[in-house]
Amino acid sequence: MPEQASSVVVENLVKRFGDFVAVDRIQLEVRKGEVFGFLGPNGAGKSTTIRMLCGLLKPSAGRAVVAGYDVARSPEAVRQNIGYMSQKFSLYNDLKVIENLRLFAGLYSVPARELPSRIAWALEMANLKGRENLITRTLPGGWKQRLALGCAVLHRPPIIFLDEPTSGVDPISRRQFWDLIHHMAEQGVTVFVTTHYMEEAEYCNRLALIFRGRIVALGTPAELKRDSMRGELLLVECESLGAAVEALQSAPQVTDAAVFGNALHLVVPDAAAAGPRVRQYLAERGIAVGRIEKIRATLEDVFVSVTTARDEEAFEA
Amino acid sequence: MSLTRLLAVARKEMIHIRRDARSLMIVVVMPVVLMLLFGYGVSLDLKGLPIFVYDQEGSQQSQDLLKRFEASEYFHVARVVTSYAAIGRALDDGRAKMGLVIPWDFSDRLMQGGPVEVQALVDGTDDNTANVLIGYAQAVVQGYSSQVQLDWLREHGQAMQPAPVSVETRTWYNEDLESSAFIVPGVLALVMSVIGAFLTSLTISREWERGSMEQLISTPVSAMEIMLGKLAPYFVLGVFDVAVCAAIAIAWFHVPFRGSYLTLATSSALFMIVVLSLGFFVSVIAKSQFAASQIALIITFLPAFLLSGFLFAIEQMPVVLQWITRIIPARYYVSVLKKIFLKGTATGMLGADLVPLAVFAVVLAAVATRSFHKRLD
Repeated sequence: MPEQASSVVVENLVKRFGDFVAVDRIQLEVRKGEVFGFLGPNGAGKSTTIRMLCGLLKPSAGRAVVAGYDVARSPEAVRQNIGYMSQKFSLYNDLKVIENLRLFAGLYSVPARELPSRIAWALEMANLKGRENLITRTLPGGWKQRLALGCAVLHRPPIIFLDEPTSGVDPISRRQFWDLIHHMAEQGVTVFVTTHYMEEAEYCNRLALIFRGRIVALGTPAELKRDSMRGELLLVECESLGAAVEALQSAPQVTDAAVFGNALHLVVPDAAAAGPRVRQYLAERGIAVGRIEKIRATLEDVFVSVTTARDEEAFEA
Repeated sequence: MSLTRLLAVARKEMIHIRRDARSLMIVVVMPVVLMLLFGYGVSLDLKGLPIFVYDQEGSQQSQDLLKRFEASEYFHVARVVTSYAAIGRALDDGRAKMGLVIPWDFSDRLMQGGPVEVQALVDGTDDNTANVLIGYAQAVVQGYSSQVQLDWLREHGQAMQPAPVSVETRTWYNEDLESSAFIVPGVLALVMSVIGAFLTSLTISREWERGSMEQLISTPVSAMEIMLGKLAPYFVLGVFDVAVCAAIAIAWFHVPFRGSYLTLATSSALFMIVVLSLGFFVSVIAKSQFAASQIALIITFLPAFLLSGFLFAIEQMPVVLQWITRIIPARYYVSVLKKIFLKGTATGMLGADLVPLAVFAVVLAAVATRSFHKRLD
């Protein structure tokens, strides 16, 4: 693998399916040893992007270089240097744990003399030691995911691509899985991971928010929360949340309003000035208001804010 | 091409087959069942066909004629009745395939040397059986007529005349005209169609359907390695089943085997390549297990059954169908099988069958290889 600082370089990458543009001129760079998150709702283009980066889909335009190789021109060289976990669990359910590992060791041409130590290492990492002879079908979801990761990294690839690795897995297993991802990253492996769980995005070193095929924000979680909000955030506790949201959507000085748990989050240009006005506005409409305070944005707020902005642009256009 | 990767795929495929009851049944049980089914169940021999007799006269002469029918292995006089209506009913409900009516003046007219007509009413629903019946009936009556003529000549003190021309037959290849000897070799083509096309189309489309193909093609394994690795186990099993079927044919059904085992192996390998390629190609195109397996059966099993000459002689098909059989690979394989089992035709004389079979194998293998890409789009 040619020496360079970036594991993944994407320039103006486009994927069209007929008239539908699934991925629209995205641009990003992933540094070596980074945990890079690709965050977006279902259908935003996450899987399509990751499949292009793994050489499974041919880009319609633009360029992507993974591990120093162009994905369109030398997909096989890319494949030798990556590990990939597809969105759906796709190991063989009727094979034993050890048989799945041996299969992938064979597919990645792991040398015979290294085979025992690699398999032992993968079992250790996936916490599946002593379970070698279980049929994969019988494993709980979280174990299956760890086995899939084990299979994808048997050949010690410098980059791994994980497409929604924790979807459908219980919260504790999800936590364990992320520990594993960070463990890999500490050893210098670059991790490119997609998710639609906002709390998972917090675990990433850097994030790209993707919406309708376009990257709408990119940076560390802290940067995104600081820079990508169009204003400040107010938490409002009040009665009848539904009616309140509806009323506030047309209130002056409120950019956006949404229900979060048992309170409202409002995006406003200036939190200090807006607080009293919101209280008065709701009171005039017969809605009793409790606490109002300025809060720090979560990634979910960022995401909602950025995507509504896009929607409005699209509407105006 | 990496042998390590190819073997990794082949090994996994063997495990799939071993752990899947359905595949195991098809590989182990189906060949034996098909052999027994066609060996015993399908008989094209017509023997002991039930006939109803309405003897209006009941004379010595009419009884003589009936005895000849009784003596023939092709007929079985199921019942003697006393009306046309009874024969009609028996033909209607299938208790009789033929009704024989001997007229009330049968012996009188024989004495006078005049022509006598015996009426045969034949169930024509199955034209083939009807034709055979008419032929057999004519032969029996002919034999009786000759006897009557001879007796007449002898009674009138005339010298024995040399008999007119007669045919002395001797059957080659299938000396006893056993239909099992004719049918059983063709079963090999059926078994291979199922294993080669049906099973493989399932295994590959299953990978597309379950998403494991995406994981597989994300590794450095090449398209060729996937294809060969997945097909190799089925090739081995198919050839093994050919051996089992051939053994059953020879040892159990006593079908003669007069040709070369090497030719059997070669032609079987070629046909196996044909069906494997078709199965692979279909599953790449269809990508759903149900669709792929149905298409595979329609383009391999059905032609092998209907248009290969396995049961129905190609020469007797309408001309258009005869043309169509030329693009049915099973036709050439079945032809080779019948020739090497029954005739012992030398391999050098099988070119007309082996060459087309080889061409199909090469072309279809190339098509299958080119159809499969390591891409999702």
